[in-house]
Amino acid sequence: MTVSGLLDRRLLFVTGKGGVGKTTVAAALGMLAASRGRRVLVCEVEPKGDVAAAYECPPAGFVPREVSPRLHVMEMDTEASLREYLRLNLRVPTIGRIGPVARAFDFVANAAPGVREILTVGKLCYEVREDHYDLVVVDAAATGHIVGQLAAPVGINELVKVGAVRSQTRWMLEILEDPRSTGVCIVTTPEEMPVNEAIDLAGRLEGETGVHLAALVANRVMPELFSRGEEEIFAALADVQATAALASAVGGAPASAFQEVLEAAALAVRIRRTGAGHLERLRVAVAAAQPLVYVPYLFARADGARAVRQVADSLGEELGE
Amino acid sequence: MTRRQASSPLDRPLERLLSSREVVIACGPGGVGKTTTAAAIAATMSVRSAAKVLVLTVDPARRLADALGVEGIGNTATLVPAAAFAAAGVRQKGQLWAAMLDTKESWDALVRRHAPDASTAARIFANPIYQNVTGRFAQSHEYIAMERLYEIHAEGAYDLVVVDTPPTRDALDFLDAPGRMADFFGSGLLRWLVAPSRSRLVSLASRPFYQVADRILGTQFLGDVAEFFLLFQSMYDGFVTRARSVGALLGEARTTFMLVTTLETVPSLEATRFAAALAERQLHLGLLVVNKVLPASFADPAAVAVAESLQGDPVGIAGALLAALPDGLAGASRVQVARVLEEVGRSFASVGLVASRQAELLAEMSGAHEVTATVPHLAADVVDLRGLLEIGRHVLDGTGT
Ligand SMILES: Nc1ncnc2c1ncn2[C@@H]1O[C@H](COP(=O)(O)OP(=O)(O)OP(=O)(O)O)[C@@H](O)[C@H]1O
Ligand SMILES: Nc1ncnc2c1ncn2[C@@H]1O[C@H](COP(=O)(O)OP(=O)(O)O)[C@@H](O)[C@H]1O
Ligand SMILES: [Mg+2]
Ligand SMILES: [Mg+2]
Repeated sequence: MTVSGLLDRRLLFVTGKGGVGKTTVAAALGMLAASRGRRVLVCEVEPKGDVAAAYECPPAGFVPREVSPRLHVMEMDTEASLREYLRLNLRVPTIGRIGPVARAFDFVANAAPGVREILTVGKLCYEVREDHYDLVVVDAAATGHIVGQLAAPVGINELVKVGAVRSQTRWMLEILEDPRSTGVCIVTTPEEMPVNEAIDLAGRLEGETGVHLAALVANRVMPELFSRGEEEIFAALADVQATAALASAVGGAPASAFQEVLEAAALAVRIRRTGAGHLERLRVAVAAAQPLVYVPYLFARADGARAVRQVADSLGEELGE
Repeated sequence: MTRRQASSPLDRPLERLLSSREVVIACGPGGVGKTTTAAAIAATMSVRSAAKVLVLTVDPARRLADALGVEGIGNTATLVPAAAFAAAGVRQKGQLWAAMLDTKESWDALVRRHAPDASTAARIFANPIYQNVTGRFAQSHEYIAMERLYEIHAEGAYDLVVVDTPPTRDALDFLDAPGRMADFFGSGLLRWLVAPSRSRLVSLASRPFYQVADRILGTQFLGDVAEFFLLFQSMYDGFVTRARSVGALLGEARTTFMLVTTLETVPSLEATRFAAALAERQLHLGLLVVNKVLPASFADPAAVAVAESLQGDPVGIAGALLAALPDGLAGASRVQVARVLEEVGRSFASVGLVASRQAELLAEMSGAHEVTATVPHLAADVVDLRGLLEIGRHVLDGTGT
């Protein structure tokens, strides 16, 4: 499958190791899809307010808010999700009665596996099922937690033998396991540990959760400085004599300054090469059938709406129409 | 511990500090180099002092784990052979031991220690909630790392234990983990849930929580949850006392913290908050290591000017350069050389933007806290003893601000 259909899905989970750019990429995917006419919800699963901050908007709550035409933002809140669920499904009447339940719930949810997760995934699937949006982009849990989250419906099926939750998991699984509607987008940087986690997750994802991999995004990729032939020229410049000649060719600056500039470029080249090696490992391990989508390193300040737009633009180019 | 020789340079205060401590806790945001730095100072201390040093790693990269010989060995410590140091070109005065944290094994050991009898332990192990919980319990990973540290320290087999901490969503989580663990098992809510009937759900069934929960989750699942809490209740005293001792170890005079960060917006913010939290809790911040720092040359005005002129007139400079070199430059044409020069200038300028942001963040951070060392951004990953010793040298020789 090509990535071009990425935005045609209904539910996209964006995951990756902590700090690789999940929020940035999720926000950019949302912006891109909205600019192409889709009604989009971007949901932040760990409510830190980072998605709203990425759009430079005041924080959103559990109730989605439109931040620009067709683009909506919400923060997950499992307690609110439980309340909504109870109201919609069990007709448990008043908020008042749920108060102590919520307190106890909080406690059990901390310890009992899958409770929080099912409420998160359930809410997301619900938005898809009700057709409130064309696309729901999830700024999801990091690689270490995403399997637990996505596998919750399956896991609950095993742990909970009866009860309303069990019967609820079936329609969720139908949405989650259909590759045309749901996919996971793994973000990585060209570094060792993020790539390791991406490879590990890609290998476990389908087997353990039934959810399919939709795309791999390599974020913060440094530009390739030189082609092969140019690298030779660059290497020749580092020669003392050449550096001295360069200094006199420019004039006005000491040879040491030239050396500094050349060394800095050499560091950039070597860091890039180390990163390229990691991306190559990723390609060999998973991306053979799954194209890698590249997002360049933003050297200028990379926070806020301007950065998100830049990332959206490069994603747009990579994904095509 | 055999004290360091009088010949040891007194201008290495960090090395002196570590010689006087028994526990170093490496902490900080994810991906900044905690595991690497923890292994680095442990390796370096085993070279410089006649001490038996243990590094307890949590999540080493595969190649680093291989280098330390901890791949897949679970909780048992292993000696990193002196020959490995010799191969890296150094002689050790002490020993380096390495261990990896096995969360599941540690939980089981904890239960075995605190369960009133073997049959209770067996029932806990068989409980489906326990089986899930050991991986996912709130802060379980953080707590278990501290718990292992306590255990190892109590055994007293090492002069210095350097412990790595798990990647958490929030670096503060693990500071609070022991307290939260004690609170969790000692909480009024837990008592309220399980106390009225020591083993049955009968009286609980009348509570509104169970009425709703039962409809959602089903009785059997709730039974498992209740049983799990009841069984844990039997370990309450031992467990809470233990969690308190673990918490106390963090504040002891023998313990110090090493905070590691990089100079990126989010990590450095988190590190600053963490340093403040340590101070607030009166915990000792012995080392503040700023990792992956770009070279100062990016800020050198002469170099900046050079980069600008390379971008300004690459073709002219290429011509003058080739004219001055009778043998040419790798047989390249003027246009080719010009492109390389321009690219060098552009790369300097763009990476220079990152470097100047780093410099701002470093200035900010060192305004608030003493940065004890800056470690350069190496061109390759740190995957062997040679790399670790290089990092260790930067950290311990205190090239800070
Ligand atoms: N392409 C890029 N170039 C440069 N910097 C980037 C790029 N993408 C993201 N960043 C920066 O990296 C940092 C982490 O990004 P972000 O918050 O999106 O990551 P995350 O994976 O959501 O992190 P967390 O795991 O903490 O939620 C931010 O400071 C962001 O500005
Ligand atoms: N000074 C450095 N220069 C270059 N790479 C480094 C440096 N310090 C650490 N690394 C690399 O950064 C990555 C993350 O390091 P790690 O110690 O696993 O971080 P953490 O434990 O904080 O998540 C590793 O691939 C490591 O080799
Ligand atoms: Mg995020
Ligand atoms: Mg680590």
